Amino acid sequence: MIKISNHTHTALSDQQLQKNLLHVLEKTVTDRNEAVSDVPNWEELREYARQVKSHTLSRLDYYLEELESKVQGKGAKVIWAETPQQAIEFILDLAHHKQMNRVIKSKSMLTEEIHLNQSLERFGINPIETDLGEYIVQLAGETPSHLIAPALHKSRGEIANLFVEKVGMSATDDVVEITATARRILRDHFLTAQIGITGANFAVSETGTIVVVENEGNIRLTASVPEIHVAMMGIEKVIPRQSDLSVFLKLLTRSATGQKITSYINCLTGACRDGEMDGPREFYLVLIDNGRTRILRDAYLRQTLACIRCGACQNVCPVYQRLGGHAYGSTYQGPIGAILTPQLESVEKAPEHSFASSLCGACYEVCPVKIEIPHILLKLRNKTQTKKNNKAAHLPMERWAVQLWSWIMQSSYRYERLAACCRVMFKVLSKREKLKSFIPLLKPWIEYRELPSFPEQSFRDLYQSGEQEK
Amino acid sequence: MKVSLFVSCLVDQLFPVVGDSTVKILKKLGVEVEFDRRQTCCGQPAFNSGYVQEARQVASVFLEIFKDAGTIVVPSGSCCTMIKIFFPQLFPKGSKEEMLAREISKRTFELSDFLVSVLGVTSVGACFPEVVTYHDSCHLLRELNISRAPRQLIGAVEGINFKEMKDCDRCCGFGGTFSVKFSDVSAAIGEDKIRRIEQSGAQYLIATDVSCLMHLDGLLRRHQVPVKTMHLAELLAQ
Repeated sequence: MIKISNHTHTALSDQQLQKNLLHVLEKTVTDRNEAVSDVPNWEELREYARQVKSHTLSRLDYYLEELESKVQGKGAKVIWAETPQQAIEFILDLAHHKQMNRVIKSKSMLTEEIHLNQSLERFGINPIETDLGEYIVQLAGETPSHLIAPALHKSRGEIANLFVEKVGMSATDDVVEITATARRILRDHFLTAQIGITGANFAVSETGTIVVVENEGNIRLTASVPEIHVAMMGIEKVIPRQSDLSVFLKLLTRSATGQKITSYINCLTGACRDGEMDGPREFYLVLIDNGRTRILRDAYLRQTLACIRCGACQNVCPVYQRLGGHAYGSTYQGPIGAILTPQLESVEKAPEHSFASSLCGACYEVCPVKIEIPHILLKLRNKTQTKKNNKAAHLPMERWAVQLWSWIMQSSYRYERLAACCRVMFKVLSKREKLKSFIPLLKPWIEYRELPSFPEQSFRDLYQSGEQEK
Repeated sequence: MKVSLFVSCLVDQLFPVVGDSTVKILKKLGVEVEFDRRQTCCGQPAFNSGYVQEARQVASVFLEIFKDAGTIVVPSGSCCTMIKIFFPQLFPKGSKEEMLAREISKRTFELSDFLVSVLGVTSVGACFPEVVTYHDSCHLLRELNISRAPRQLIGAVEGINFKEMKDCDRCCGFGGTFSVKFSDVSAAIGEDKIRRIEQSGAQYLIATDVSCLMHLDGLLRRHQVPVKTMHLAELLAQ
């Protein structure tokens, strides 16, 4: 069971993390807002993208089969993996069969989700991450803490120290020098790798094209230099038409980094053809389910799968802004992680994810595909509470207390009696400060804030005496 | 014109002055006000914590009390959201209660929205020669899409010096039961907010929800920041 509440203290008291979050997220949000204000029909584009995704998800079987046949038509192979194990076994078999063990990777949240690296390492294959942020995280033996900026939690100084310790860089905190070091090391890996693994931002079913968006150029190298290219994607990434790509790319890059367009947009259709000089000899597309068809079954919650992983919801989330990603204890973090994790895993395994939100709705406001995150959180809270034998309740008596509360609130007589009791209780408490910390709901409140005082009269009594005076 | 007041349990028990001010403003504008003493809570605490069944029972009682109430005015963005947005979702589609919830949703208004959009009033004749700032509560802003009305009302107060704070639309961190379930995170978000309030140079923080104000006031006092909190209704009754 993942307990976010066990990690909040660590995150909040980590001064470096707090500094990084404040510094990076504020700039990203400003950049995103500027880039969006450039597009007069932004709201129309959001709505259009939402509809395309909604349509596609409701006929996912059709579009996936179309994608499969188009990809196969380009001489590539398609692998269906229902579970992470099946996807990993495919890579292991491929490596074994081809007698290849030098693997490079580009950034892919899906491969994080299925813990690809750890699984391959157990069999002696050590994939090298080629995205700078991912490379840093890999050197540190950590996991990404943001969808777009995986090493967001690390400061320049921490990264410099890491490079000194792990790859023998001479001491410096010059960004250019650090980047040059990574570039030098990664260059060798690019040139000697036999298998390149990438993710996919989109897969266009009508053409069989895999689209991968980036700024560093490492994806283009990963997908074209090694003899074999394997693209791994969640089944929800398919979009029907090439003509819709322009809309999705516009929404994605502006939402993610505030860029009008990224430095590289790779549209990959099949492997290298006869007579062509560049590109992989073989291309494999691995379609991974890992719980997604289960999410599809609920016509409302299904919209969770429309996510294009831009990270905008994380950047504006007040909770993420204070906790960062690692406190969530899951691959997907922030608002999208809060709704995706309990669905990909289960509400029992991630009982706190849907509760770690003030329901402020800032995430929905920026979501480029209009996922109703706050309302989905409410649905998932309900799912969590209605599970039998749930250990999710933060207070063991919570359910019982809410039932009692509901019964009281159904009658103004009972409500007024409860209020009178509270009034007496507060009077006693105001004279005995120490008692306050023994009352379940008061303790967490007064730890950080002062209590309001109970006025002499309620509004209803005040109103009634006012009416009687007339 | 006649309206029925739903004050919310929090205003009723902890902040009666907000209910009182609401009545004063409405009467001043020639609106006849009715207060049905059978009212309790909108059910939001249970609903937001995932207890839909328990919230539905409370909502049913609300529907029964207000079924013939005419226009309903609520001095709270979040309770108003519960009634307008979430009540219709609580009941089975096509059920009698759902129809009633939809009908009630249409005639329920948050106070500032009622004054500006229904009555067409921005100046209520209040006078308050102090420096104030305004916090957009999340439900009012993002569920009900109301951000102009409160500002118009504040701007029309005589002698007032209104200073917009940075990140005025950022959550205060209260979030209902979130404030006790993740009290450390809630307080940390609130501390960001009180820093912005302080930076604005305001002496008074105005908002439309006593829940946000209760949380922020508790933080302001704990951190000894000399800014007072005031519900919009209180300001307009000055």
